[in-house]
Amino acid sequence: MELANIEKLIEKYENAETTLQEEATLRNYFKEGDVAQHLQEYAYMFTYFSVSKDETYTKTIKLETKKSKKKNFKWLSVAASVVLLFSVFVGKQQYSEYQERKEAEKIYAEVSKGLKLLSKNLKKGEQAVATLHTYDNSVKKILR
Amino acid sequence: MNQSDFLKVVLPFKDKVFRLAKRLLVSTEEAEDATQELIFKLWRSKDKIAGYKNVEAFAMTMTKNYCFDRLKSKQASNLTLVHSNYKEKETSLDKKLEHQDSVNQVHQLIERLPEQQKIIIQLRDIEQYDFDEICKMVDMKPTAVRVALSRARKTIREQLIKKHNYGVS
Repeated sequence: MELANIEKLIEKYENAETTLQEEATLRNYFKEGDVAQHLQEYAYMFTYFSVSKDETYTKTIKLETKKSKKKNFKWLSVAASVVLLFSVFVGKQQYSEYQERKEAEKIYAEVSKGLKLLSKNLKKGEQAVATLHTYDNSVKKILR
Repeated sequence: MNQSDFLKVVLPFKDKVFRLAKRLLVSTEEAEDATQELIFKLWRSKDKIAGYKNVEAFAMTMTKNYCFDRLKSKQASNLTLVHSNYKEKETSLDKKLEHQDSVNQVHQLIERLPEQQKIIIQLRDIEQYDFDEICKMVDMKPTAVRVALSRARKTIREQLIKKHNYGVS
């Protein structure tokens, strides 16, 4: 291809007006290596473009393994929520039991306090009765 | 659509997906992960794909969007992209030792372009899609694509000239 033609194509190329075919022409021109000095930069560009196209994805494509992983995850969340529900339920039971016990202790303490008070007062009465008794005895002695 | 049908559709353009992902995400590992992820996404929506005329264009659009999302989340978490694959590039360029530096420079220059121009250069100059397809993939008007492409090409060339002049003087 003549240089004049290439220059024309290059101008079109710079303005992004070339067709794919024209770009292929340019690519071929620069591949052949005999490049005019003032077009050297384009040679680098086109070389880079074609080298870049050689790069491939070499890993194998996995389609299944990940899916099952996702599924497990879903089941795991179900299990987790069940466990959570269960623990809340049990916790609630335990808590109310504990609350009841505390209440009972409180009542027991109150009752025993009341009983103590009663017995104390009863003792006082007994003493009073005892003194009354001795008093009564002495009165009886004197009267006799 | 069973597995082998699906692979028949997908395999021809898996490298293109990978290269576009690598262009945008820079690192090879990231691009590989992205490719795997995208193909898997396609596999999951395989029933929908069966009705598409141009799965390849659809996949390229998906790749573009996926990579943009990745980049965004990366910026959000303040991670910087580390370029770790120059070595590999160089080995594939061994044959053209004399021009190696300049050719590598093209890679760096493309890396510095705005994302939009990067994608368009990748799709046009490397993958050689025609303009209609590119317009569909990037969801832009033909004139806008041409302007971006022209700008990218000019920038690369100007920067190359600049670099070489530094080298001489």
